[in-house]
Amino acid sequence: MIAPADIKKTVKLNILRQDTPDTHPYWQQFEVPCTPSSNVTSLLRSISANPVTAEGAQVAPPAYEASCLEEVCGSCTMLINGKVRQACSTLVRKIQSGHPDEPITIEPLTKFPVIRDLVVDRSRMFENLKRIKAWIPIDSSYNLGPGPKITPEEQQTMYPLSRCMTCGSCLEACPQFTRDNNFLGAQIFSIARYYNMHPNGKTEKDARMEVLMGEGGITDCGNAQNCVKVCPKEIPLTESIGIIGRAATVYSIKKFFSK
Amino acid sequence: MAQKRVIVVGGGLAGLSTSMKLSEEGVAVDLFSLVPVKRSHSVCAQGGINACNDVARQQGYSEWEHFDETVFGGDFLAHQPPVLEMARMAPAIIDLLDRMGVPFSRTPEGNRDLRLFGGSLYKRTFYAGATTGQQLLYALDEQVRHHEVQGHVTKYEFWEFLAPVLDDNGRCVGIVAQDLRTMQIRSFRADAVVMATGGNGLIFGQSTMSIICTGSGTARCYQAGARLGNPEFVQVHPTAIPGEDKCRLMSESARGEGGRLWVPKKRQDSRHPNDIPEQERDYFLERLYPKYKNIVPRDIATREIFYICEQGYGIGGGQMVYLDLTEKATGIPYDVLKRKLGGILEIYEKFVGVDPLLEPMKIYPAVHYSMGGLWVDFAKDEKTGGLRKADPRNQMTNITGLYAAGEADYQYHGANRLGANSLLSCIFTGLFMAPGIKKFIESQPPVAEQAQTIYDAAVAGQQAVQSRLLNSKGTDNPYVMHRELGKAMSDNVTIIRSNAKLRQTLSLIESLKDRYQNNLGLPDSGLWNNQSLGFARACWDMILLGEAVTSAALAREESRGSHFKIPDELVDRHDLPLDKRALQRDDEHWLKSTLVSYVDGKATLSYEPVDVSLVAPRARNYGKVTAPATNAASAETAGAAV
Ligand SMILES: Cc1cc2nc3c(=O)[nH]c(=O)nc-3n(C[C@H](O)[C@H](O)[C@H](O)COP(=O)(O)OP(=O)(O)OC[C@H]3O[C@@H](n4cnc5c(N)ncnc54)[C@H](O)[C@@H]3O)c2cc1C
Ligand code: SF4
Ligand code: FES
Repeated sequence: MIAPADIKKTVKLNILRQDTPDTHPYWQQFEVPCTPSSNVTSLLRSISANPVTAEGAQVAPPAYEASCLEEVCGSCTMLINGKVRQACSTLVRKIQSGHPDEPITIEPLTKFPVIRDLVVDRSRMFENLKRIKAWIPIDSSYNLGPGPKITPEEQQTMYPLSRCMTCGSCLEACPQFTRDNNFLGAQIFSIARYYNMHPNGKTEKDARMEVLMGEGGITDCGNAQNCVKVCPKEIPLTESIGIIGRAATVYSIKKFFSK
Repeated sequence: MAQKRVIVVGGGLAGLSTSMKLSEEGVAVDLFSLVPVKRSHSVCAQGGINACNDVARQQGYSEWEHFDETVFGGDFLAHQPPVLEMARMAPAIIDLLDRMGVPFSRTPEGNRDLRLFGGSLYKRTFYAGATTGQQLLYALDEQVRHHEVQGHVTKYEFWEFLAPVLDDNGRCVGIVAQDLRTMQIRSFRADAVVMATGGNGLIFGQSTMSIICTGSGTARCYQAGARLGNPEFVQVHPTAIPGEDKCRLMSESARGEGGRLWVPKKRQDSRHPNDIPEQERDYFLERLYPKYKNIVPRDIATREIFYICEQGYGIGGGQMVYLDLTEKATGIPYDVLKRKLGGILEIYEKFVGVDPLLEPMKIYPAVHYSMGGLWVDFAKDEKTGGLRKADPRNQMTNITGLYAAGEADYQYHGANRLGANSLLSCIFTGLFMAPGIKKFIESQPPVAEQAQTIYDAAVAGQQAVQSRLLNSKGTDNPYVMHRELGKAMSDNVTIIRSNAKLRQTLSLIESLKDRYQNNLGLPDSGLWNNQSLGFARACWDMILLGEAVTSAALAREESRGSHFKIPDELVDRHDLPLDKRALQRDDEHWLKSTLVSYVDGKATLSYEPVDVSLVAPRARNYGKVTAPATNAASAETAGAAV
């Protein structure tokens, strides 16, 4: 309810804008007030309140996605100074340290179609969740007693995997994932591992493996290992990729012998 | 004949559980959300979800105790039958979530672990690390995705609900909504509509809520004739990181797991907190509430923090106190707390840049939860004391066919919500109401037979609003107006309320209304993914909700739960403890729910009695003591209501 008494200064932002999916992108510069606790979403919010460019032109405020402002919903993922980040948890003082007067560049993710400005269409990630049956099948929501017992060790392996917030950072950083192919990417491999681990999630494991071994599946992973470096939730993505890779080998042998 | 359909607006825990249960019951669902449902605000919830459990049961706890704590915690303003039903269903909800694969934290033996939470002396809170809401939301999201794949649910994500459509008899028969990308406005038919649109923290500027929590869904139903219940009850959570864009919550679980609140005994002590020795710290909640200690309910903890800061004991004399999770204060090893609270520790570390297990956190209260919301009905079961199953009245607003669930309704938390009861009430309402909705739609003529004209008229109405907004060429930017509203609401309508300040706020709201209607300037007049337009529309909604909250607070001449009123002349009597300044709880005159209707462009109040048929209201002070002074502040008893 109270804002810390911060000293005001300003910061320059170069934003890559695009009015519609099929028009050309262009750069615009803004100069906005900034305090030691400002993050990139608060800068974007200030532009909305006063959408005037550094040259003094009145423009429509840049469109962007944000919701939780605490790096748990995944909405605000974008490129900040060329790196994929969440705008809400990117503190200006941190990225500016050492070169406080340089403008900050902000661009939309490049691996997903732009809707407008910094808003991109990430529906591919959600569609892929459907493809790999990312759920635990239950009979109904009636009271049928507790679920299976899970050891603390299993829980501690599964819990980090289930913190994936579908932000797309891992896909943005992946050289294999492009706009025009159908590579599934680290997010999906890791989620699949999660469901394959669960005692009841396992029942769909074979169906999941079919998708993971199909086109755009695990064999297309080039092992660049960029994903794990950029995942804001520090999900052990390369470990998941390894596990899914081995599961794929086992599954194909099993399939071969059951022919 | 076309299959009957239900529209669910909102895909947080309440909307998803409703959708899941309706699908299971064979009802087709159209699910609307501003954001992909997986990004709904419920994802932020941290601490846990309450339910009676085997361990607590063997210690003397029961569903009845859970019910009793909830109505007591809510200072007796909640109708009792719905709360009892919720407490009874809670253990089954945990089992269901467990079956759906929620990675609940485990004990060494593999059982679901429990933690302590506010307002209870029993461990009855289940949790998944410190990201319980995220885990619950994802589990429900997956179930609904499964239904989606099977064709039971159709999702409309990045769609905004604009208004309910009512037929000539006043029954809700659909909605008008807008595609946030193409900006297309269209109507959708539905045999019933459920509002699960969450809370309205944004009317206070900064809160712990997500920035999409404007209350627009509620406000639009209010403008269409739905009543609000108890809007003046707004929870201010004791422990958040103050921030200019958002106040980031430090969950009550921090205290449930051993975290302690303190201030230096010496005013304006400038030492680093780690250098202040034990005997020079005032663990004020432990001193004042020896039984509940740091886990007194939120309204009380919040007022004690406010008071101790008012007395000059805040950090550096300002408005902040320490929340201490260091091993020195808690006696709990670093690794244990890291495992149990990782999710929130990361937030502190990311935004403040300090490891809170090595250095006490600096926190202050922040607006957190809307106890009030859309008024909804319930059908009491005289035999069980709870609710009648599958009764169409459960959760229906005063508009026939329009339902509300989750934080958007007003029904479960009275004047103050207990921690970890919201995730429960969201999921409970969704699951419990669905069979009643099914029964309702079966009893009604299908909306497929409604004349198209009412839908066309509703769309035309919204198009007119939109073109007025797009063509507004004034100088008041909606984001700036929102800041003004937020500041006034936050300064005057939160922890401490006085009539003078409330009146002042209402007159500001009057002027904001006027400026909105006559001098609004929209910075974007385009028709493609125009975010300013949506925000401008929500800005009006927030102004109206601000008015409802403030008017109801002004009228209520007592203190109860989060509503704490001090007569104007006593506001600045800092020599008196807070509860000596404030009005007392007044059951004779004010044990009643506030109902607010939107009549002639204004909030209009009426009241109805509270169902207290199960337990009689009793004094609520959580064993507060007037302990011998350990410093100047402690000589006085601060905060609690009677
Ligand atoms: C930081 C934080 C931590 C919390 N921790 C806990 C906890 O540990 N335990 C607990 O019990 N409670 C906790 N709470 C409270 C709890 O999280 C919320 O009360 C609960 O999640 C609300 O869920 P909901 O389904 O009602 O609404 P939300 O999750 O807010 O969902 C609202 C939905 O409505 C949609 N919507 C809104 N307006 C519109 C519109 N106009 N058109 C279309 N769609 C719309 C949104 O897109 C969203 O899908 C916490 C709250 C906060 C802020
Ligand atoms: S795995 Fe990590 S980077 Fe990839 S989508 Fe999930 S949270 Fe984002
Ligand atoms: S706004 Fe949710 S991750 Fe940034």
